[in-house]
Amino acid sequence: MDFQVVVLAGGTSKELIPLVSKEVPKALLPVANRPVLSYVLEFLEQSNLKHLIVVVEGEDAALRVGGWISSAYVDRLHVEVAAVPEDIGTAGALRAIGHYLTAHDILVVSGDLVCDVPPGAVAAAHRRHDAVVTAMLCSAPVSGPSESGSSGGKDKTKKPGRYNIIGLDPTKQFLLFIAAGAEVEKDIRVQKSILRAVGQMEIRTDLMDAHLYAFKRSVLQEILGQKESFQSLRQDVLPYLVRSQLRSELSLDGAQAEENGNDKVVSLDNKAMRSQLVANTSSPSFHELCAMGPNGSAPFPRNTHKCCVYIASKNKYCARLNSIQAFSDINRDVIGEASHLSGYSFSAHNNIIHSSAELGSKTTVGPQCMLGEGSQMGDKCSVKRSVLGRHCRIGSNVKVVNSVIMNHVTIGDGCSIQGSVICSNVQLQDRVVLRDCQVGAGFVVSAGSEYKGESLARK
Amino acid sequence: MDTPRRTSRVIDPKVRHVGFFAPPSPGRTPSGPPAPAAPSPVSGSPSGNSLSPVMIPPPRHASDNLSSALTLHQPPSRRVSIPVTSAVRRPSIDNVAVVGSYNQSETVLATSPSAISPSSRIGDGEFSEDSVNWIRRTNSGKFSSSVPTGGFDVALNKAQEVSEKGRGKGPEISNELASNAKPLKDKMTKAERRALQESQRATKAAAKEGRKPASSSRGVAPVHEQTAKSVKQPSQKKDVPPVAPVAPSIAASEKKGGDRPLEKDRKKDAPPPRMQFDDKNRVEKAKRRAVVKKTEARNRVELFRHLPQYEHGTQLPDLEAKFFQLDPMHPAVYKVGLQYLAGDVFGGNARCVAMLQAFREAIKDYCTPAEKTLARDLTAKINSYVSFFTECRPLSISMGNAIRFLKARIAKLPLNLSESDAKATLCSEIDRFINEKIVLADKVIVRHAVTKIRDGDVLLTYGSSSVVEMILLYAHELGKKFRVVIVDSRPKLEGQALLRRLVGQGLSCTYTHINAVSYIMHEVTRVLLGAASVLSNGTVYSRVGTACVAMVAHEFQVPVLVCCEAYKFHERVQLDSICSNELGDPNIISKVPGRMDVNYLDNWANKDNLQLLNLLYDATPSDYISMIITDYGMVPPTSVPVIVREYGKEHVFM
Repeated sequence: MDFQVVVLAGGTSKELIPLVSKEVPKALLPVANRPVLSYVLEFLEQSNLKHLIVVVEGEDAALRVGGWISSAYVDRLHVEVAAVPEDIGTAGALRAIGHYLTAHDILVVSGDLVCDVPPGAVAAAHRRHDAVVTAMLCSAPVSGPSESGSSGGKDKTKKPGRYNIIGLDPTKQFLLFIAAGAEVEKDIRVQKSILRAVGQMEIRTDLMDAHLYAFKRSVLQEILGQKESFQSLRQDVLPYLVRSQLRSELSLDGAQAEENGNDKVVSLDNKAMRSQLVANTSSPSFHELCAMGPNGSAPFPRNTHKCCVYIASKNKYCARLNSIQAFSDINRDVIGEASHLSGYSFSAHNNIIHSSAELGSKTTVGPQCMLGEGSQMGDKCSVKRSVLGRHCRIGSNVKVVNSVIMNHVTIGDGCSIQGSVICSNVQLQDRVVLRDCQVGAGFVVSAGSEYKGESLARK
Repeated sequence: MDTPRRTSRVIDPKVRHVGFFAPPSPGRTPSGPPAPAAPSPVSGSPSGNSLSPVMIPPPRHASDNLSSALTLHQPPSRRVSIPVTSAVRRPSIDNVAVVGSYNQSETVLATSPSAISPSSRIGDGEFSEDSVNWIRRTNSGKFSSSVPTGGFDVALNKAQEVSEKGRGKGPEISNELASNAKPLKDKMTKAERRALQESQRATKAAAKEGRKPASSSRGVAPVHEQTAKSVKQPSQKKDVPPVAPVAPSIAASEKKGGDRPLEKDRKKDAPPPRMQFDDKNRVEKAKRRAVVKKTEARNRVELFRHLPQYEHGTQLPDLEAKFFQLDPMHPAVYKVGLQYLAGDVFGGNARCVAMLQAFREAIKDYCTPAEKTLARDLTAKINSYVSFFTECRPLSISMGNAIRFLKARIAKLPLNLSESDAKATLCSEIDRFINEKIVLADKVIVRHAVTKIRDGDVLLTYGSSSVVEMILLYAHELGKKFRVVIVDSRPKLEGQALLRRLVGQGLSCTYTHINAVSYIMHEVTRVLLGAASVLSNGTVYSRVGTACVAMVAHEFQVPVLVCCEAYKFHERVQLDSICSNELGDPNIISKVPGRMDVNYLDNWANKDNLQLLNLLYDATPSDYISMIITDYGMVPPTSVPVIVREYGKEHVFM
C-alpha cells in the first residue's frame, strides 16, 4: 500500500526513572512480562505490516533492542533497527533516518503505544482525504497519565494534568488546532482565518494524541529540511502543519494542482476541466472552499493542505507508556480489562499462573493477576491485581496489591507492597512496607523499613 | 416513477391504446381492456396523432398491409400478452390500458431501434411522426438542427411553425399536425419494409452484443432484462432460461413478431442476471468472497429486497481496518473505493473519472507475473478491482460502460506488444476515453445546449449535474440573460453546492425544494436535467426526483431537456425503477441535520413494523422528455437506440 512504518522506540526516558536504566531502555520495559515494544510490533504485524524501521536513541539501547527483536521476531518480521543520537527529538530522529524513507506515506508510531486500534484505519483516513498528516486521537484514559497520581507523591498538590486541547471541524475529520495541555499557560490562540473558513470549531480536551501519525513523506521531509529547529513531531511539526493548513507553503506534488482547476470556463484546458468534474461533484472540504475564495473562483487559488484526524472509538484500548503512573495503569489494564492485548490465555479464575510457579499453602492469587515462570511463593501470601515476573522468590505472609514486580526479585517474609513498582533483581528483606514506591533495579531494601511514595534507586 | 399515470386531461387528451387496433377510424376504442376514463380518440383528432412515440408501431403494421402473415400473427399474441402484464403490474382498471400498451410499445422500440436509424430515416413515416409528437411535446418549436435530418425536414419545419404559432392551444395544433403527419403515413410501405429488415438485423446484433459483455464481464454491466416479476422468483438459477419468458416484458417482445430470436437462442443469449439480494444462498456465497464485511440491514422494504442494502456505518470502519491486509489491491484503487464508500465522490462523471484514473495508476504499476499473459492477467486484476468497487458501492451504468471499454481494449492488444508498450497504450486509451467521452463530450453538449437558452429564459434544474452547471456558466458568459431555478431535495441537498458556485459567478438564482416544484414551474421556460444513464427505450435513469420534476414540467408544457454524455447510454430497457436501483443509507432520511428536536425516528431503525426506503435513482419515462442533448447532437428520446447501436460498438471496440 506504499506505506513505510517507523517505530520511534526512544531511549531511556527521564520520566520513567528509576524504572528504566542503561540495561533496560524504555522499549524493553515489561508490560505483563513482555517488553512494551512487543505490543507495538505485534499490533503492526496483525495489520500485515512486516517491514518496520525501529529507531532507538543511543547505541547501547539500540543494541539491546535490536538483540531482543532479532531473537523474538527473527522469522516473522523484517525489522531494521536504526540508532540515533540521544536528545535529538522525534523530528530529529526522522531527519536522521531520512534516507531510509522512500514510500509515498509514512506511518510513525511511538514505541510505547499499547493499543488495539487498527493502524489501517488511520492510513485509510489519510489516503481518503489525501492529507499531509493524519493523527490518531483516542479518548484519554480515565485514571490517565496524570502527573498527579502517585508518581513520587511530591506533586500531590498539583492539579490533575491537562490533556491535549484539540480543535476539530464539525465533521470531526480535520484537525484545526492542537496544543498539549501542559504547554498551555493561560490562553490559547486560534487562527481567525481557519475559524472563518470552517465556521464552527469544536474544542475538546477529552482526547489524547496517541502518537500515531501518517505523514506524506514528501511533505515531512520538506519540513524537516526547511525547519532545522524543529525537534519534536508533536510539539513542532504537527502544530506547524495545522497552523499553516490554509496558507500552505508546501509544494504539494500533483494533488494540489488537481484540486484548483476552477478557472474561467473559456480558459479551461481539458485536464483542469476533468479535475473540476471530480472536484465539483465530490463533497468539498472547507479547504477547497477556502482555496476557491469567497465566490467560488479566486483568481489565484490559495494553497492548502489537509490535516486529518482519526478518532478511535471509545471501546478501543489505547494508552501510552510515558509515565510511571501510566506504567502501572497499563500493566493493570493489560491483564485486566484489556486482556485481549496480552496474548495470554487466562485461567478460570481470570488470572495467569505459569505452570512452573510454586505456591505455598493458603496462598491466594486473585483475579487479574499474573505470575511469571518459575516464581515461588511462600505460605499465606495474597496477591491482588498485580504482575509478578519470572523467578521471583517470595516469602510467607506477603501482601502484594496493585503492584508490578519484575524478574528475579526476592521478597522476605511479612512484606506488604501496595501500588508500587519493583524492578529486577531487587531484594526486599523481611517486613518491608512499601506504598506507592518505585524501587530501581538491584536495590536492596533493608529489613523493617517503611516507605511511602518514594523512589528508591541505587545512586 | 415506473409508468406514467395518465388520466384524462382537458389540455392534453392523450390516450394509450391497448393491443391491436385498426388505423385511426372514428369511434374506435381499444380492443384490449378499455380505458374508460380516456375519451375515445377520433381519427385525425389531436389524440389520434399526439400519441406518444411509443404508440406508433401498431398502427403502422396495420395500415400498410405489410405482410399478411405478420399482421395475422401479431394481434393474438399481443392480446395474450397484455393482460398478463397489466394484471401483474397494476391492477387498477383505469390504468390497465395504459400499462399494457406502454410495456408493449416499449419493447417494440427497444427491439427495433432501426426505425429511425440514419439509413432508413429519410421518408420514414415513423420517425417523422415521432418528431411531430416530440415537437408537440416540447411545444416550443425548438429542436435540434444537429440531428441529421432528411426528407422529413419540411414536415418538421411546418410543424415547428405551427407549434410556435399556437403554443398552448392544444387541439388546433394537433389538428394541423395531424394533417402534416398523415400524408407521410401513406407512403410508408417501402420504408417500412426496410425498417423491419433493419430491426431484424439490429436484434441479431444486439443479441450478439448482449452475449459478449455478459461473458467477458459477468456482473459488471449486466443487461438487465428481468422485470419486477422475476424479482420475486426465489431462486435465480432456475428462473433464468425457463421462467424468463414469463416475465411480462420479455413475453411481450417474444411474441411481438416473427423476427425475434427464438426461444432457444434466447436461452443462450440470456445474460447472467444481476445479483438478487433476496436470494439467501447467493448472498451467503457472495459474502464469503467479499472483501468488505457487510451487515445487512434488517428491515428492508418488501419491493426492494432484491437490492443490496447494508447497515451503513459498519462498512467503512471495517474496510479501513483492513487497509494493510488487502495486498492485491492497488492503493489508488483502494483510495477510490474508500471514497465511494464514504460518499466523498459521487455523481456519474466524477465516479467514472475517479475509477478510470485509479485503473490508470494500477496499470502503470502493473507488471505481468511470470508465465502469464498480460491480457489475461490484467483482465483478472481489473475484475478484482471492479468487484471491490462494487462492494464499496454498486457500479453506475457509466462505470459499467467504461469498464467494458477498458476490457475490450485489453483484449484487443496485439500479442506481440511488449509489456511497457501495452501499458502505455492502455494508459493513453484511458486518457483518451476520459477526454473524448467525458470532457469533450461535455464541451459539445454545452455548445449544443447553449443554443437553446434565450434571453429571458427561466431555467430549472434539479440536483447538481456537472454538465448542466457548465451549460449555465457558459451561457452566462455569453451574456445571455436568464434566471436559474435550482430545485433540490433532501437528504443530500446537492443543489446547494451548485447554487453556491452559480451565485458566486453572478447568476441570478432561485433555490427551492422539490416540494414546491409545481408552484415554481409556472414561471419556468425550460427544464435542464442531468442523467445517470439513458436507456435504449428513452427512459432516463437519474437522481431520484428527476422523474417527478420532468412530469410536472410536462404537465405545465415546459420542455424538458436532458443532458447526458453518450457514454452513459445503455442498451438495457427498463420500465420501472424497481428492478434495478440503488438503496442509500435509510437512516439519513430519518434525520434532519441541524434540528435536534426532530428526533421522532431516533433508534427506530430496528422496529419491525418500520421500514425506511432511501432510493437513489428513478426512471423517467421518455414521454416526459422533449429532447436529449448528447455529444452526437440533440435527439429525441426515441433516437437513443440508434446511438446505442451505431456508436455503442464504437465505445467498446473503437
